[in-house]
Amino acid sequence: IEQGQRPFSDIRNTVGNVPMEWYQDYPHIGYNLDGKKIFKPIRNKDELDEFLDKMENPDYWRTVHDKTTASDIRLTDEQVDLVHRLQKGQFGDVNFNEYEPSVDFFTNEVMIHPVTNRPQDKRSFIPSLIEKEKVSKLVHAIKMGWIKPRKPKETTPQYYDLWAKEDPNAILGRHKMHVPAPKMRLPGHEESYNPPPEYLLTEEERLVWEQQDAEDRKLPFLPQKHSCLRAVPAFSRFIHERFERCLDLYLCPRQRKMRVNVNPEDLIPKLPKPKDLQPFPTTMSLVYRGHTSLVRSISASPTGQWLVSGSDDFTVRFWEVNTGRCMKTLEVGGAVKSVAWNPNPAVCLVAVCFESTVLLLNPSLGDRLVVSSTDQLITSYEPPEEDKEQAVTWALSEGPEHNKGHRLTLTHPKAVKQVVWHGKGDYLSSVMPDNSSNLQVLIHQVSKRRTQNPFRKSKGLVQCVSFHPLRPYFFVATQRYVRIYNLIKQELTKKLMTNCKWISSMAIHPGGDNLICGSYDCRLAWFDLDLSTKPYKMLRHHKKALRGVAFHRNYPLFASGADDGSVIVCHGMVYNDLLQNPLIVPVKVLKGHQITHDLGVLDVTFHPTQPWVFSSGADATIRLFT
Amino acid sequence: MGGLQKKKYERGSATNYITRNKARKKLQLSLADFRRLCILKGIYPHEPKHKKKVNKGSTAPRTFYLLKDIRFLLHEPIVRKFREYKVFVRKLRKAYGKAEWTGVERLRDNKPGYKLDHIIKERYPTFIDALRDIDDALSMCFLFSTFARTGKCHVQTITLCRRLTVEWMNYVVTSRSLRKVFLSIKGIYYQAEVLGQLITWLVPYQFAHDHPTDVDYRVMATFTEMYTTLFGFINFRLYQTLNLVYPPKLDSKAESELKAEHEEDYAMDSESYLEKLSALSASLARVVATAEEEENQLDHFPTEGEDLENMQAREKEQKEQEAQKRLFEGLKFFLNREVPRESLAFILRCFGAEVSWDKSLCIGGTYEVTDETITHQIVDRPDMDKQYINRYYIQPQWVFDSVNAKMRLPVEDYFLGTTLPPHLSPFVEEKDGDYVPPEKLKLMALQRGENPVQEEEEDDDDEEEEEEDEEEEEEEELTEEKNLKKMEDKRAQGKTLAVKVTPGKVKPWETGSAGNKVRLEQEEKAEEKRLAIMMMKKKEKYLYDKIMFGKKRTTREVNKLTAKRKAHEDASKAQKKQKKAKKQ
Repeated sequence: IEQGQRPFSDIRNTVGNVPMEWYQDYPHIGYNLDGKKIFKPIRNKDELDEFLDKMENPDYWRTVHDKTTASDIRLTDEQVDLVHRLQKGQFGDVNFNEYEPSVDFFTNEVMIHPVTNRPQDKRSFIPSLIEKEKVSKLVHAIKMGWIKPRKPKETTPQYYDLWAKEDPNAILGRHKMHVPAPKMRLPGHEESYNPPPEYLLTEEERLVWEQQDAEDRKLPFLPQKHSCLRAVPAFSRFIHERFERCLDLYLCPRQRKMRVNVNPEDLIPKLPKPKDLQPFPTTMSLVYRGHTSLVRSISASPTGQWLVSGSDDFTVRFWEVNTGRCMKTLEVGGAVKSVAWNPNPAVCLVAVCFESTVLLLNPSLGDRLVVSSTDQLITSYEPPEEDKEQAVTWALSEGPEHNKGHRLTLTHPKAVKQVVWHGKGDYLSSVMPDNSSNLQVLIHQVSKRRTQNPFRKSKGLVQCVSFHPLRPYFFVATQRYVRIYNLIKQELTKKLMTNCKWISSMAIHPGGDNLICGSYDCRLAWFDLDLSTKPYKMLRHHKKALRGVAFHRNYPLFASGADDGSVIVCHGMVYNDLLQNPLIVPVKVLKGHQITHDLGVLDVTFHPTQPWVFSSGADATIRLFT
Repeated sequence: MGGLQKKKYERGSATNYITRNKARKKLQLSLADFRRLCILKGIYPHEPKHKKKVNKGSTAPRTFYLLKDIRFLLHEPIVRKFREYKVFVRKLRKAYGKAEWTGVERLRDNKPGYKLDHIIKERYPTFIDALRDIDDALSMCFLFSTFARTGKCHVQTITLCRRLTVEWMNYVVTSRSLRKVFLSIKGIYYQAEVLGQLITWLVPYQFAHDHPTDVDYRVMATFTEMYTTLFGFINFRLYQTLNLVYPPKLDSKAESELKAEHEEDYAMDSESYLEKLSALSASLARVVATAEEEENQLDHFPTEGEDLENMQAREKEQKEQEAQKRLFEGLKFFLNREVPRESLAFILRCFGAEVSWDKSLCIGGTYEVTDETITHQIVDRPDMDKQYINRYYIQPQWVFDSVNAKMRLPVEDYFLGTTLPPHLSPFVEEKDGDYVPPEKLKLMALQRGENPVQEEEEDDDDEEEEEEDEEEEEEEELTEEKNLKKMEDKRAQGKTLAVKVTPGKVKPWETGSAGNKVRLEQEEKAEEKRLAIMMMKKKEKYLYDKIMFGKKRTTREVNKLTAKRKAHEDASKAQKKQKKAKKQ
């Protein structure tokens, strides 16, 4: 094989300059000049062969593997020499002389004959136009101020007395709304490298701290104790904290906030002492037991000697107030919703309502004369000549029922919720709550056994009604409003906005100019009818829904009972002077009723003459507070 | 009824505010430039009072700037510089692209720069204003001066920060205005009183920083740019007030002393000079050579009544301050190599001590360890091989605690190898009702001139002897005690808060005794209060509840801390006892 031919064409293998990997999977490695396959050696050399070869073959160092023919070639001496020379950076050809003497073609001596005989160009004598143009451009640019000389280096010192001429009156350049950034919080004991032991977190606290989000943590770092200053490591969040401060300074919106700095004691209103407002009930003195289910309603006799109560156990009980003895028990045909003792002391009648019936009872308690006169009053009724159709049927009780005390039975078309007497004791009103019809409130006259429906239209679900104690006014409380009607003129005189969600009870001051409303949303609204149609005061004393409210007839007291089991007695003084607003002071919180089925006190009523308050509760008891 | 219909959001607060994007568009700046401008000019968003009105009815979260602020930015000369710089960058890029090297050079020569002097003057019209706002600048510069020169920011910035902080420290040393120091786990807090302003700054411990990736260093760099300018001007002015040369120069006497030794170690003269300055061991040169320091005594004015009292109080305060300034005067300290040299040298020099350190540690040490006149050597290692008899070997915390206590504390607690007493923060000012750690109470007693430590120790010994006898009994009693304690706590809470006391019933057989009468009276009062609280208006009630909640929380925290402390003390006592028992 000739050396000179090898770079041009390799005649040993005709595949050409292709990657030999292409033949990896074949037994041959290419084709020779005759077109025959060149086969790979049968066995490839492995590492061990290679090693043995290296150890044993003296020519190993001059053996080269030829990929194209897959054979090992031992280099000849000339070839080895060539490699050595190339490695040294010498020419490959041994005979090449790199230091041949140079031949001076153009001598440095000036000959008498020029090489060319061309005359010099004209342009070498005249100034260049292009240059002139360039210069003139520069000159123009300088003239126009486009090119400026280099600025001299600034010589003023970097720092000088900036505030040499400061104006003490100058406010901040911008405006007065500037809010200076608050300073960083100063560190407390817990940040010390060696804090007192109580500032270190316990194991549980530490776990809690680790599980909290970074924003929720009270301390942004874990307090740690190091025995000496040498042991204190670098704080890993130092740069973070500085960066966060930077962000706060330029990104955080600022706002002036006024800090209230008041003594909490000053916020408490100065009220007259309850001691000075006596008498009012302070202690529970009697418990009337006997009912077996919740006592919905109670009412005291006008003399103050008796008390009637109606309960869900289908009974009405009569109690002697002073002894707590149950004088009488009457079974009625349903859960008693409401009881009301006739306020007229000359009449001994009790109205009881259950289901759709209103029963007038003569309990036969107290003065015999009064009892008999009451009976006479009822029997002396003479039916009128022309019988008008009435919404209610009046029926006189006879026989055993009469002996039990039943006198008159008023059968209503719907379930009755409440009965109320007029102050004179002749009229009585019953409530049948029903949103859809106008037949919700009825007014009955006992002496004439007459029934009227005062309203033509329904104005919402009626909750309770009440008569004005002195004047012919009629109060109707719907869910959110209290309407006051003039019964003589037959017109609406006032509509009170209670601001409550759902009125539960209502009571009218014996003077007639004030009214309180209890509501299921824990509020008690006091209205001064002369003042406005909005509440004069909203009292949120109870924690739960109010069920009953009551005014005392003589004393300036009112009470409210609620589902939290408490009765709150307030002093509610109404002055005759119209310019002076009523004075309302809570004087006592009375507790005693147990809460059963989430119900506490269901009804409250005052003793007619004494400063005592009765309350009936869901725990089937009636309590007297004196 | 004439006139046009009023349109919504065209008057009132809606027109006083502008959102960030709108502001940016108005200024024709990129977000980065806008941010830079806001940082430099100190513009920050405002929280409007009625956000919905300002946001034109929408409740989307937006940041609002005052329109006046943005208008004020409109004619800021620096905005033009920003644009110039942008153009410069574009030209430079082009020149690079075309390989016009002369052009590149020319552009580089004319690189637009800006100065912040006018902004500083505008933001801080008076020097005191500037001084009041320097806290952040100090902390930032101290942080930047500790950065390694590895490309997180310009090297010039780092050196400038270092220079400025060294100048500041030298000023504080010369004016002796350092007041409080605190070793926290974050770094060292210093508080100085400069011209009546309390200035607090935080210096990180001397470690290499692990640079976080979620921090935008450009923002920090912009802040630093502003802060260095402000800081330089303030330094200049402060040096002027003390008649010192600015930039600071060492006293000629001190300079000649220092010159001889270490000159050859530093390549650059300026570098070695900064090092010498930062050594804080030499005093600075003054413009007018004056006697060391004049005693500034308060003039006496004839006064009466309250003024007199005030005057006396002030005089007393002044005296105390003077005394604090010369707290370490006359002492000679030597710092071992393991203690933080810079901070300790700074503090000690601030209170008039002489300080030195090993020659190999830093330039500027003035005497050797072998000096016999050294009174204190500050050491932070468990033990020393060779100890001199005539000096105290104390741990560095002594210096910090002494400065905060304004008196040289007894050195016994801080000796080599002893367990250090807790290091308390001097920045906490306890109001009544807050928790005061017992160490603080002890310290306060010390400051008043009492010496409760020894007595207590004696007491402790006595107690321990007694306790050993009673040990068994005690354990039985312990549970009872706990119950009692609980009851007491409850009662105490009831007294202060008047919330938990339930109205009692009048019991006739109890009313006779005097104690019951008192109790009845209290109950009555509590009920009165409760009833009055019922009558509070809604708004006031809310406020009252909030205040009471806060108070309750603080008492709860205080109780928790006291309980923890007590538990800890009990545990340590038990341990002591065990040890004693083992010894016996």
